[in-house]
Amino acid sequence: MGAPRSLFDILGPVMIGPSSSHTAGAVRLGLLARAIFGRQPEGVKIVMHGSFASTGTGHGTDLALVAGLLGMRPDDPELVQSLERARREGMSIEIVNGDLGDVHPNSVLLHLRVGDSELSVQGASTGGGEVLVTRIGEFEAQASGSMPLLVVTNTDSPGEIAAVTRLISESGANIAEMRVARTRKGAEALMLIETDTLLADDALQAIAGLPGVLVVRAVPPV
Amino acid sequence: MAFSTFAELLEAARDHGSLAAAALAREALESDQPEDGLRARMAASLDVMREAVRTGLAGGLRSRSGLVGGDARLLAESDSGPVGGVFTRAMAGALAIAEVNATMGRIVAAPTGGAAGVLPAVLLTLAEDRGLPDERVVDALFAAAAIGAVIAARTDLSGAAAGCQAEIGAAAAMAAGAGTELLGGSAEQAGHAASLALQGLMGLVCDPVGGLVEVPCVARNGTATAVALAAIEMAGAGVTFPIPFDEVADALAHVGRALPSSLRETAQGGLAVTRAARELTGG
Repeated sequence: MGAPRSLFDILGPVMIGPSSSHTAGAVRLGLLARAIFGRQPEGVKIVMHGSFASTGTGHGTDLALVAGLLGMRPDDPELVQSLERARREGMSIEIVNGDLGDVHPNSVLLHLRVGDSELSVQGASTGGGEVLVTRIGEFEAQASGSMPLLVVTNTDSPGEIAAVTRLISESGANIAEMRVARTRKGAEALMLIETDTLLADDALQAIAGLPGVLVVRAVPPV
Repeated sequence: MAFSTFAELLEAARDHGSLAAAALAREALESDQPEDGLRARMAASLDVMREAVRTGLAGGLRSRSGLVGGDARLLAESDSGPVGGVFTRAMAGALAIAEVNATMGRIVAAPTGGAAGVLPAVLLTLAEDRGLPDERVVDALFAAAAIGAVIAARTDLSGAAAGCQAEIGAAAAMAAGAGTELLGGSAEQAGHAASLALQGLMGLVCDPVGGLVEVPCVARNGTATAVALAAIEMAGAGVTFPIPFDEVADALAHVGRALPSSLRETAQGGLAVTRAARELTGG
C-alpha cells in the first residue's frame, strides 16, 4: 500500500495471464529469489501459503514461480512450459502447501539449493504484480524489486555500513532506501540497499573486497 | 511517488490542462525520464492491449478448465441485443482481453490481470468510434493510471486484499475517468465519472469458481465495462456525485478490510461455493 512509485506499476506489468498477483507477481518473486541466491538453483522447495496455497494452481502460480527461478520474464509466452523446461535443465522441484504464520495471504517461501549452498527467500505478492521480499535466510527484509537492489551479508562489526555506503557514493550511485538487520550482536548482518541506478561492476568488486563482507549480490529490478 | 489523492491530481490538472498531462508530468519528474520516452513505453502497452483484443475476438480460445472462451466473439457477432453500438463493441473487447488472460495469453495488467479488459476496451472503442488518434489514447492511459494510483494509495489492488471491488471496481473507475477526459470532459467531470463507476461496484466480492480467473472474472469485465460506460454517460451529461473521489476510495478501502477472508480470493465463499460451482470444478 501507499502511493505507487510509478504509474507503470498500476498499468502494467505486461504479462502472461491470468493473475497479476498470482502469476506475474509470482514470476517476479521467483526472479528475485534467483538473483538474491546468485545463480540458478538445482533444487527448489516451494511452500505456498494462504491464497497462494488455496488457489495457486488455478492461477498457474506454480508455473510462474518456477519460470522466475529459471530466469524467465513475466511476459514470456513460454512461461506455461516452465515445469518441462525445469526438468530439461535439471532443476528438481517440490511444491507443498504450508502455514507461514501471520503474513500476507499471497505469500511463498522458496528454499533454493545448489550442492551444499542453500538459501531461503520468503516474499509476498501484494497486488497488481507488485511484490515484497520479506525474509532472506534468517533476516527480515523489505525489498520491492522495482529498483536496483544490493544485498550484502557481513560480520556485524563497527564501520561495515559506513564502508559500504562510502563505496556506493564514490561510484556515483544514489541510495534510495537502506535497511540493516542482524541475527544478534557480533553475528552475521544483512544490508539491503536500493539505489536509483545500477551499481557499476568495479564498485561491486570493491564492496566484495571489504574485510568482513561475506556475500554481495546485485539484484537488478524485475 | 504518484499523486496519492485525487485532490492533488485535480490541482495539478488545473496547471497542466488535464489529468493526463498532470499525470505524465509527475511521472517524468519522479522517474527522471523524458515524457516522450514514457509515452513510447505506454504506446507499447497499448499495442499489447490492441493485440489481445484482436486475439480474443478471433475466437477459438478455451481455458484449460474449459469454463471460459468464445463469449467475446459471440457478443461481437451479435446484433440482437437492445443496445448495440459502442456499448456492445466495448463489452466484446473487454471479454476478448479477459479470455486471452484466462488462457494464459499476453495482456497488460490494468490494474490487474483479472480486470485487464475494462480499461483498454472502453478507451479503444471510444477512440475508434470518434476517430481519435493513438496519442490521445496514450494520454488517457496516463490519466487512468493516475486514478488507479489514488486508489492504490489506500488499499492493495488485489482481490485477496480487498475483494473484486479493488480490481474490477478500480478498473471501471480508471476507465470512466480517463474515458470522460478522452471525450473532451473536464478533469472535474472525470473525477465524477470515476466516483460514479466506483460507487456502482463497491462491495463486490472476489469469489472465483475453482480459484480460477475465469468465472465470474471474464463476465465481470463485461459488466464492469457497462458500469464504466454508464458513468461516462452520466458525467458527460453533467451528473455529479456528491462524495469526492478520495472519500469514495477511502470507503472502498474500509469495505475491503471489512470483507471476510472467504470473500477475498480464497474461493471459499460467494459463487465459488455454489452447488453448480462445485459440480463444474469437481470439488
